[in-house]
Amino acid sequence: MTDHTWGVLSNQAITAAGTVYFLALLCAVAEWSAWLSRAKASVAEKELVGAGAAADETETPADAAAAVREQRAALFGRLSLLLTVIAVACHLVALVSRGMAADPNRVPWGNMYEFTISGSFVVAAAYVVLYRRLKLAWMATWVLGFTFVVLMLAVVGLYEPVAPLTEALNSYWLVIHVIAAIIATGAFTLGGIASVAYLLKKRYPDATLLARVPELEALDRVSYRIHAFAFPVWTFGVLISGPIWAHEAWGSYWNWDPKEVWAFITWVVYAGYLHARATAGWKGKKAAIVALVGLATLWFNFIGINYFSSTSQHSYAAPAPTASVVEVVETTR
Amino acid sequence: MTTSTPDNDERQDVRRPGELNARELARWGWRQLTSMRTALILLLLLALAAVPGSLIPQDGVDSLKADQWREAHTTLTPIYETLGLFNVYSTPWFAAIYLLLMVSLVGCIIPRCLVYARAMRAQPPATPANLTRLPDSTTYVTDEEPEEVLAAARKALRGYRLRRSTGSTTESPDDSVSAEKGYLREAGNLVFHMSLIIVLVAFALGSLFGYKGGVIVLVGEEYGFANEMSQYDDLKPGSLFAPEDLDEFTFKIDDFHAEWLTTGKGAGTARGFNSKIRYTEGTGEEKAYDLKVNHPLTVGGTDVFLLAHGYAPVITVRDGEGNVSYSGPTIFLPQSQNLLSFGVVKAPYSSPEELGFQGLFYPFEGTVDGEPVNLTGDIGDGSHAMLSLQGFRGDLNLDAGPQSVYSLDTSKAHMMSPDHTGKAFNLRLGESAELPDGLGSISFDDVQQWNRVQISKSPGKEWALLGVSLALVGLLGSLFIRPRRVWVRARRADGGTLVEIAALDRSGGGDTAAVVTGLAETLRGARTHEEN
Ligand code: HEM
Repeated sequence: MTDHTWGVLSNQAITAAGTVYFLALLCAVAEWSAWLSRAKASVAEKELVGAGAAADETETPADAAAAVREQRAALFGRLSLLLTVIAVACHLVALVSRGMAADPNRVPWGNMYEFTISGSFVVAAAYVVLYRRLKLAWMATWVLGFTFVVLMLAVVGLYEPVAPLTEALNSYWLVIHVIAAIIATGAFTLGGIASVAYLLKKRYPDATLLARVPELEALDRVSYRIHAFAFPVWTFGVLISGPIWAHEAWGSYWNWDPKEVWAFITWVVYAGYLHARATAGWKGKKAAIVALVGLATLWFNFIGINYFSSTSQHSYAAPAPTASVVEVVETTR
Repeated sequence: MTTSTPDNDERQDVRRPGELNARELARWGWRQLTSMRTALILLLLLALAAVPGSLIPQDGVDSLKADQWREAHTTLTPIYETLGLFNVYSTPWFAAIYLLLMVSLVGCIIPRCLVYARAMRAQPPATPANLTRLPDSTTYVTDEEPEEVLAAARKALRGYRLRRSTGSTTESPDDSVSAEKGYLREAGNLVFHMSLIIVLVAFALGSLFGYKGGVIVLVGEEYGFANEMSQYDDLKPGSLFAPEDLDEFTFKIDDFHAEWLTTGKGAGTARGFNSKIRYTEGTGEEKAYDLKVNHPLTVGGTDVFLLAHGYAPVITVRDGEGNVSYSGPTIFLPQSQNLLSFGVVKAPYSSPEELGFQGLFYPFEGTVDGEPVNLTGDIGDGSHAMLSLQGFRGDLNLDAGPQSVYSLDTSKAHMMSPDHTGKAFNLRLGESAELPDGLGSISFDDVQQWNRVQISKSPGKEWALLGVSLALVGLLGSLFIRPRRVWVRARRADGGTLVEIAALDRSGGGDTAAVVTGLAETLRGARTHEEN
C-alpha cells in the first residue's frame, strides 16, 4: 500500500469509527431509557403501596412488564458494548494507518488532530478494558457521548493532512513521553466522568435520570482507582520522560515553557486531589471538585495553550521556534 | 503523627490564640503548618501561582517576547515589574510557597518516619472483641475443631504478618488469628515525599550553579569555539555560577548537512540536520562527533546542543579609495522556516563616508507575480541565491553606544541606491555592484553556513532524575499496596464451631468484602476437600 492509500484508509476508518460510536451511543441511550422507565415504574409502585393498595404475592402485570423492560435493557446494554468494541477496533485501525501514511512511518501524534484522535481512543479503550473490573456499564452513554463529540470536533475542526515530524519531535523519548501523556489524559478523563457523576448524584440523589449511576461510595471508589492509575502515568510522562526528552532536544530539562508549566499545574492539582481524599472535611464532594479542576487544567493545556500562548516550544502548537535564533539580536545589543 | 485527624483540628480551632503562651503558640503554628490540610492548600496555591508565568512572556523563557510585551503595555508594565510577573518562577512570593511546602513536608515526614519505624516492629493488633460489628465480616458454623480452623486460616493468610500467640491472657485469648499486611504502603508514601525533597534540592542546585548560553559558530576549519565567557553571544548564568565553572574544551564544525523537504506543507524547510564536529577536552586529544538535534555532545559536565542553522553570505565592501573596508562571512538570521534571512553589513572605516547595508538573503530566489520570493532553504549549487540589500551612507551612529551586529542605526544616515534609481542592490552569487557617486563597490563572493549551538550545564540533573524515579517507585507503592488487617476467630458454640471473619482496609480504597468472602470460601473449601 502506498502512503496515500494508508491516509485514505485512516480517514475512512475514522468515519466508520464515528458512525459505529454513534450507533453504540443510540443503544446505550435505549438501555438508559429502559432503566429510566423501570425506575419510574418502581416509584409508581411504591406510591401505590404507600396508598394502601394490597401488595399481594402473586405476579402482577406490572412485574411482567418490569421483567420485559429488564430484558430489553440488558439486550441494548450488550449490543452497545459490542458496537463499542467494533468502534474501538476501527479507531485503532485509523490510528495505525495514520502512522503508516507518513513517510517515514511514525507515531500518530504529530499535531492536534492526531493527539485528539489518539486521546479519545484511549478514553474509549480504557472504558472497554475496565468495563468488567470496575463495573462501568453505567458509563456507556457518558463515554460514548464524549468520544463521539470529540472525534467529530477533531475531524471537522482540527483535521490536517499527514506530514512528517519536525526534527525535534523525531525521538523515541517523544514516543514514550506522548504515550504516557495520552494514556494519562484518557484515564483522567474517564476518572473525571466518574467525578461528574459523583457530584450530580450527590446533588440529586433521587433523580430518576441518575438511577443508572451507582451509589456515591462506589462512584468515589471508581473515580479514585482510575485517578490512582493515571497519576503515576502522568508523573512518568511529565516529570520523567518529558524532561529527559527536553534535555536532549532543547538543552535543558526544565524550561518553564507554558506547556510544561501547565503539565506541572495539572500534576500538582491531582496531587491535591489525592490529598483531599485523605483529608477530613475535603473527602467526597470537595475532592471530586479538585479532580475536575485537574481535568480542566489538563484540557486547557492541550487545547487552550496552543491558542493563547505564543511562546510554547511544543512545535505542534505554533510555527517552529525561530525565537531562539532571534534572541541573539536582543542580547548582544 | 502530625497529620490532622478531624477531632485534632477542631480542638485546635476552638482554642483561641490569646489563651496560648508563646511556646504553645509556636507548637500550634507548627502543627498547623505540618497538617495535611495546609499541605493541600499550599499545593493548590502553588498550582495557582504557576499560572501567570505561562500567560505572560517570561524573561527567562523568551526575553524578546517579554520586551515586545513591555513595549505594547506601558501602563501595566511597571505594576508587573514590581510583582515580578516577568520572572514568576524566581520571585520571592513563588519561592515562599514552595519553601513553606518543603518545610511542611519535612515537618510531616520526619515524625511519620519515626511512627513507621515503630510500627514496623509492632505486632498486628489484638483481635477486636466483636468482629461482626466491623463493616465487612461474615460468620459460619462448622464441625471442625477451632484449632483446625485457625491453623487453616494461618496457612491461608500467607503473606500477612501474624500476631504471635499470646497464651491465654484475657486481652487476647488464643481463639483467634490476627493478621496484617501492606506495611510497605506507608514506606512508599514516605519514599515518595522524601524524594520530592531530593528533586527540589537538585533542581535548585541546577538553577543556582548552572548556566545556559548560545553561540553561532561558522562551519569550517578556520572557525571554531573555545569555552570561555567572552565567546558566547548570550549567557544566562545561575546566581551562584562562577566563570571558573566553565569546562575547558574547544570544537570546530567540519561539515554540515541538512535534509530538505521538497513536498507537502513543510516544503522548503529542513527536516533533519547534522554536523560533523571535532572537539578537544582540556589538553586531551581531538575526537570526532556527529552532532544532531536530539543527540547532544557531552563534555565533562557540559552539554552541547545543535539548535538551528543558517547562511552567512561572504560579502566584500570596497570604499571610494579602493580599499577593502569590510570583508567576510556575514551571519544572516532566518526570518522564516525556509531560511529567508535578514542581515546587516557595517563598514564604518570606509572613506570618504561610512557605509552600511541591510537586507535579505534568498537561498533560492524565484519570482512570483513579479515579486521575489524564497522558494526553499536548500541553496543547491547557489545559482539561485540572491542578496537584496539597501545601502546607507553617512553616520552609522556607532559612537552612541554599543549596537547589535544584527541591526543598523539609520537615523543619521542616508539611503543610497544603484545609480540613484531608488532600488536595492540585488546581487547574485559572484556579482558585484558599484555604489553611487564613486563611494565604492559591494560584492557577493560566496556563501558559508553557520550553526547555532546551545551550551549548558545543569549540575544535579542526575540527582533530579534519581529523585523523580524514586518518587515514582514510592508513589506506586503508596497507591497500589493495600494496607489490610484480617481477623479470624473460631470458638465452640452450640452445635459446632462458630467461625467469624472480618477485614479492614485502612486506605479506604480496597474491596474488603471480597477479601472476607474469599477467605471464608477458602476455609470452608479446604474442609470440603478433606471430606471428599
Ligand atoms: C509537593 C508536595 C506534595 C505532593 C506532590 C504530595 C503527593 C502526595 C500523594 C500523591 C499522596 C497520595 C498517597 C495516597 O493516596 O495514599 C500523598 C499522600 C500524603 N501526603 Fe503528600 N504530597 C506533597 C506534600 C505533602 C506535604 C507537605 C505533606 C505534609 C503535611 C504531605 C502529607 C501527606 C500524607 C500524610 C499523605 C498520606 C495520605 C494517606 O494516608 O492516604 N504531603 N501525598
